[in-house]
Amino acid sequence: MDMAKNYEKDQEKIKVRSLLKGRGEKIIEFFIKSVGILSIFPVLFILSYIIFKGIPAISWEFLTSMPKNGMREGGIYPSIIGTILLTIGTIMVAVPFGVFTGVYLVEYASDNKFRKIINLTIVNLSGIPSVVYGLFGMSLFVMSLGFGTSIVAGAFTLGIMCLPVIITATREALMSIPSDLRQASLALGATKWETTWKIVLPAAFPGILTGIILSISRAAGETAPIIFTVAAFYLPFLPQSIWDQVMALPYHLYVISTQVPNMPSNIMDGTLFVLVFITVGFNLFGAYIRYRFKKKI
Amino acid sequence: MNVRKIKDNIMKGTIVGIASFNIVIVFLIFMFILRNSLKFFNMVPASDFFFGKVWISLSHIFGLLPLLSGTLWVSVVALFISVPLSILTAVYIAEYASLKTREIFKILIETMSALPSVVLGYIGLYILSGPIKNIFRLNTGLTAFTGGILLAVMAMPTMISIADDSLRALDKSYKQASLALGANKLETVVKVLLPSAFPGIFAGIMLGFGRIVGETMTVLMVTGNSPGLRSTFLAPVRTMTATIAAEMGEVVQGSDHYYALFAIGLVLFIISFMTNTLGDYFIQKSRRAGK
Repeated sequence: MDMAKNYEKDQEKIKVRSLLKGRGEKIIEFFIKSVGILSIFPVLFILSYIIFKGIPAISWEFLTSMPKNGMREGGIYPSIIGTILLTIGTIMVAVPFGVFTGVYLVEYASDNKFRKIINLTIVNLSGIPSVVYGLFGMSLFVMSLGFGTSIVAGAFTLGIMCLPVIITATREALMSIPSDLRQASLALGATKWETTWKIVLPAAFPGILTGIILSISRAAGETAPIIFTVAAFYLPFLPQSIWDQVMALPYHLYVISTQVPNMPSNIMDGTLFVLVFITVGFNLFGAYIRYRFKKKI
Repeated sequence: MNVRKIKDNIMKGTIVGIASFNIVIVFLIFMFILRNSLKFFNMVPASDFFFGKVWISLSHIFGLLPLLSGTLWVSVVALFISVPLSILTAVYIAEYASLKTREIFKILIETMSALPSVVLGYIGLYILSGPIKNIFRLNTGLTAFTGGILLAVMAMPTMISIADDSLRALDKSYKQASLALGANKLETVVKVLLPSAFPGIFAGIMLGFGRIVGETMTVLMVTGNSPGLRSTFLAPVRTMTATIAAEMGEVVQGSDHYYALFAIGLVLFIISFMTNTLGDYFIQKSRRAGK
């Protein structure tokens, strides 16, 4: 009985082997290669659609004039300004907290439980759905703290969402700095903080910058966290203070493509192009700096 | 000297304080969502929420199952497409592609991950939904299937890059031993490399799944916005995330409807907590295996 079973098993194995050898090998390898290449076609298609449809819709006037006639005419100036302001606010919230947390994890923490807990919270922060950030931002910043629907509330919400990106980038950058540098500085009598601030952080700067640029890309493209915290449906003038609502590109694209009937397609395509230009542009710029930085080390 | 020592101590305290702040944030997020959800469960029995088969907010009927099934249908489609494609693509770029092709792929995958979800929603709305309507002869092209395809595109960068990393993190001796024993390249990939890289690949799938479940704008725009229990993925649905985004704007603060949306948020928070903790566990495991 056992022998019969073993025999069957061996036959199975031989079958699998012959599938992976000779002609089977060629066919399967061809399959892997073609699927691998095909899988990037969606991005190529989406990018070329956005470029070919979007560029003709872009003009100086489109970029610098207010929307008119229920957004069906005019430009996207307030949305661009809104997105820029929001992104600056986000960076101002996320960078100090993110960089110092990264510094703690690499320079100060011993390999203890506290560090493990912080690592776990970072992993979980990065996985929380964006709409849940929106809920949280609305109930804490907009309501409990009384910020109202404002740039401040939106920047805090997006800033917390971007923390994991900056923390991870800072951590990786600091870990790649050779420890000789720290030891030399400490041996010369510098304190731990002086070593960190004057020697280690400047050396790790390009890596940290990558994280900052990647969070800009993310903050500029997110919609769900800003719907309830800052974004205005239609607001054809610029904000007067940081306690005002603003229009923002991603929410504007959502609004004009789903909520406004008879929307001319060139305005949608133009908005699409500007949004993708900012998000993908910053992302590639960040990737480029990381690449240069890795080469140097 | 003393001043410098004091400054050093102050900065140390500041840094530890800021680092602990992260724990406070996650705790705060959880507390805010939990507190508001508990208010909902005071108004509506939890069993009515978790086992309710109907969601009609205007009639104050808040059943989670239609939204959960919407999320499930979209996830099933997205995973069915993205998992095999991602593994094959990762094998291709890690083992078969030339160095230059690999670089180009890395850039394109990076670009793919940078596309905002509202952009994919737009593409789905204006390009993908038409053909789907015609091919399957449906009344509408806005279905769970449409959303699933787009979310597959969204999840693939995560899955590919983590699978690729874990394939390349494997010690070279694995491959060399297998080749030296007479296995060809494909046998080495299928029988040695893929099984050893499994923890990493699985971690990528978990994190990609987390992204699929949490994605909001794409599904809000392309899955038809119609909460209901469906028996096929070729029907309009509404996911948990889309429900929050669609209804939060029109809700009366402090009403049962308002708190119901937080209860959905709680479910999402718990799902993402589980997938991320599990995913992180497998990433750590694969790093250890790589060494």
